[in-house]
Amino acid sequence: MAVKLPIYMDNAATTRTDPRVVEAMLPYFTEKFGNSASRNHKFGWEAEDAVDLAREQAAALIGASPKEIVWTSGSTESNNLAIKGAARMYARSPEGTKGRGHIIAAAHEHKAVLDPCKRLQNEGFDVTFLQPPADGVITRAMVAEAMREDTILVSIMWANNEIGTINEVPEIGALCHERGVIFHTDATQWVGKMPTDVEKDHIDLLSWSGHKMYGPKGVGALYVRRRNPRVRLEAIQDGGGHERGMRSGTLNVTGIVGFGKACEIALHEMDSERERLLNLRRKFERELSSRLEVTQVNGHADRRMPHILNISFGYVEGESLLMGIKDIACSSGSACTSASLEPSYVLKSLGVGDELAHSSLRLSLGRWSTEEEVDYAVEGIVKAVNHLRTMSPLWDLYKEGIDVSKIEWQTH
Amino acid sequence: MAYSDKVIDHYQHPRNVGSFGTSKEVATRKDVGVGIVGAPECGDVMQLQIKVNDAGVIEDAKFKCFGCGSAIASSSLATEWIKGKSVDEALAIKNTQIVEELSLPPVKIHCSVLAEDSIRSAIADYKKKNGIAAATTQEASAH
Repeated sequence: MAVKLPIYMDNAATTRTDPRVVEAMLPYFTEKFGNSASRNHKFGWEAEDAVDLAREQAAALIGASPKEIVWTSGSTESNNLAIKGAARMYARSPEGTKGRGHIIAAAHEHKAVLDPCKRLQNEGFDVTFLQPPADGVITRAMVAEAMREDTILVSIMWANNEIGTINEVPEIGALCHERGVIFHTDATQWVGKMPTDVEKDHIDLLSWSGHKMYGPKGVGALYVRRRNPRVRLEAIQDGGGHERGMRSGTLNVTGIVGFGKACEIALHEMDSERERLLNLRRKFERELSSRLEVTQVNGHADRRMPHILNISFGYVEGESLLMGIKDIACSSGSACTSASLEPSYVLKSLGVGDELAHSSLRLSLGRWSTEEEVDYAVEGIVKAVNHLRTMSPLWDLYKEGIDVSKIEWQTH
Repeated sequence: MAYSDKVIDHYQHPRNVGSFGTSKEVATRKDVGVGIVGAPECGDVMQLQIKVNDAGVIEDAKFKCFGCGSAIASSSLATEWIKGKSVDEALAIKNTQIVEELSLPPVKIHCSVLAEDSIRSAIADYKKKNGIAAATTQEASAH
């Protein structure tokens, strides 16, 4: 089968919207365009029914009750609402004072978790950012050790977006419940791909997003536990009191319909999809590691999402590698594209050397990835890495047996 | 980010890739000057080797580069420009000329600076090996 170019291998960034999702959404643009808050005509009722169905679909995917779903614009908003909303609600002392409470998060969380935490630090909260070990997995023991008498909130992502590693979320959730601490998880890369049950997994707040699971962009959800314990949040966006006052603003009915449909499809197809993607990723990893010297798969060997492969190719810079594989859409941990010269903070937090962090690619597979595409990508990457190594002074030094890390470089 | 056609051309067909020997071999050769600038943790390392004849003319130049496409293009272009030039003429090359020739965006200016540094560093090495006063190369360390 001929491979259609360019190949999309950046599904951890966003996914193609499933055509079945688009089909479900279409009537809600032009025919059933009502405002779900309009209580006195058919247009409003239709929209409300659609939103209710989507709420059931979303709740079913994570084992929640439909009443526990709050619609948002995506994971960034869900994370902001969960973290700031819970911290401010459960603060131990009023605004403007110190010692308002202690929060625990991981240092390799997404910026949409780190930055709200940093803002809370400025508001008088103490935040501990847990340094992940070399395999990237945050364990229950690490969180337990960081817990204090005044800890009010723990936020640990379920699966990491850059390296795909899976944290001990159910165990951490259980710990939080034993200690009476609110537990939030950014499950953006997890939900829709792995089985999720907020009861068994002891989760109080869970963020996820439509566009990472073959739904539309601009719509997300926050699960907010209603009993044992009932979690309350201080709203960030005030207005018409939508979503039980937690998130005002006219609902994105069309997007929500798509989100619900994407959840329904994921619930039915995730088991077979997971198996298929895992096999593809394993092949990808095996081929690259066996055909190229000095490669390193970043993150835990097994505790990893089936669709994400983060791999470093020694002595080759990531951005130039991307240039050499133009018809394979993926991302790099190299920061050469940004103004700073700092490579990926996620890889750095695992203790991956700067040089190997600059040399990394994140390849993430999805619903439409094929074996032929993986084969094509392997050929392309092997060729590009070899081409760049013939040009790399570091590769020469390595081949001469000189330890590149022992050289004193003139840094700028 | 979109690259200029010239950057893409240098990336795909780099000019003068290579070296005049291993790092140990060139260390003792008086006709060869070696400049290595940058650092792996910054994502850029450029190595420039120049072969200078008795008349002080750069007869040949070879580069190797670990870095982004703009860094590769900057060092490739530098080898083209210095070949056939006297050592002093080569020292007159400014990073701004490289920026202009390759249409580098602001975030990539450091690539051109590295290329200029590599020229200065290779010439300084050549002069040092041959006991030539390096007055004109002092500013190389100013970056």
